[in-house]
Amino acid sequence: MKVETTVERNKSRKNADRQSWIEKIPTKGWLLLSLTVAVIFWSILSVIPSTARSFPNIIYVVESIGLMMSRGVFWQDISSSMISVLFGFLIGFVLSLPVAILMAWYRPVQYIIEPWIQFIRNIPPLAYVPLVVISFGVGRTPQIIVITIATFLTMSITIYQGIKNIDPTLIKAARVLGAKDKDIFFKVIGPASLPFIMTAIRLGTAIALTSLIAAESTGASAGLGMRIRALNNTFESSPMLLYIIVIGVIGLIFEKLIKILERRLTGWQEKREQ
Amino acid sequence: MAREKRTVKVKIDNIRKSFDSRNGEVVALNGVSLDIYENEFITVVGPSGCGKSTLLNIIAGLTKPTSGTVYCDGKEVLSTGTERGVVFQQYALFPWLTVKGNVEFGPKLQGIGKKEAEEIAMKYIEMVDLQDFTNHFPKELSGGMKQRVAIARAYAANPSVLLMDEPFGALDAQTRTQLQEELIQTWEKEQKTCFFITHDVDEAILLGQKVIIMSARPGRIKEIVDIDLPYPRNQETKMLPAFNEVKNHIWSQVYKEYLEVRK
Repeated sequence: MKVETTVERNKSRKNADRQSWIEKIPTKGWLLLSLTVAVIFWSILSVIPSTARSFPNIIYVVESIGLMMSRGVFWQDISSSMISVLFGFLIGFVLSLPVAILMAWYRPVQYIIEPWIQFIRNIPPLAYVPLVVISFGVGRTPQIIVITIATFLTMSITIYQGIKNIDPTLIKAARVLGAKDKDIFFKVIGPASLPFIMTAIRLGTAIALTSLIAAESTGASAGLGMRIRALNNTFESSPMLLYIIVIGVIGLIFEKLIKILERRLTGWQEKREQ
Repeated sequence: MAREKRTVKVKIDNIRKSFDSRNGEVVALNGVSLDIYENEFITVVGPSGCGKSTLLNIIAGLTKPTSGTVYCDGKEVLSTGTERGVVFQQYALFPWLTVKGNVEFGPKLQGIGKKEAEEIAMKYIEMVDLQDFTNHFPKELSGGMKQRVAIARAYAANPSVLLMDEPFGALDAQTRTQLQEELIQTWEKEQKTCFFITHDVDEAILLGQKVIIMSARPGRIKEIVDIDLPYPRNQETKMLPAFNEVKNHIWSQVYKEYLEVRK
């Protein structure tokens, strides 16, 4: 018993020490450290024979930026993918908003539509790509359609659930202050659902990026996803890895932008304790 | 107070409210009739589940009674109306609006111009002593401050009847005491008809000219106690022998109902 307590005491003292040590390093320091660890990890992978082929030396990967630029495809691929992602996402968003509102406002609409949205949402986009191609052929249109479908499903459900969860006392409070249905809609439901709309946007952009590979398997002539598949055929792992990282970086940039937007628009939100 | 020419502000006429539940019909209120006179401060006490909040919601026009009628200024209450303001227990402030935005919400809905709405808002923000927090968002305020904003917001819509549903129930004892005194002072100044629900007997006596004791389910009015304590009332009023006398009486009645609920 006595031994145990001493051990425990030592443990907690160690914990306390570690706590202060963790806080001494600034966030940026941790970021740098995290990056260093990743580079070391990558370098190890590039040395081990069995993984060396998929993880070429970091220098080769950096060099492949020049290679892809000299082929004249690097920026073209990025811009092509961005056009598909942004249009697909925007159309998905514009469609999801009224559908979510209708589902929240009229229960029959919810009963009819929601099960199907939930059903299709769980199917990976890659599975229905051939069907989209059969109807819409190849090129830009099917790419946008695939991303629109994927983002619409997730965003409409997220926004719908948000509207459903709006505190009913807020609506009561507005009513007793003289609000009519129109006022309730624009002055209460609208602003109150803004945080959920932001969440939907965050999820939507993430989904748009993850369904990029599927979208660009519709016979695209350029694009990050299409290029990764093409490079796969020629076993060029350095530029392939580069493109994978580029997709990750784009995702990171999206998230940062959304965070800024969120702080602007929904800074009034009560922060939930974590 | 001119007690002679008493006009009935709100007339509650034989209200019954029942809900359908899995175990059949639940009667929340049965045969509730009450006249609330102009400028009167009425407090309501009773065990939880006695239908006090339901009654308030019916007066507010947020809930429809199963049978019976509520009249306000002689007109039948069919829906909400700006002459009946409500203060909720959970503040119900709009979190995306500042203190000022919340308080001027009512005046703006009534079509009052921007500048005038702002003036009205400032008047009531000063009344609740929050002029230093005009541009703060609700998340930056304490519970007591939030409820002050809610009271200012209700006043700014210029109702003639204020319905308050346990407004201080979620506050700590000290803040509650402070807000009680502020509310008495405001009421003495503004002379609005108040219908105030609480489960705190002390609070009911301190604030009310009349205390309505409600019985356990189905909710009925068990007794109406006139509170003849002098004004201005404050925490010292609680020291008066008359206060304790009436408190003992009301408490024993309420306690009987608590026992009824526990059965």
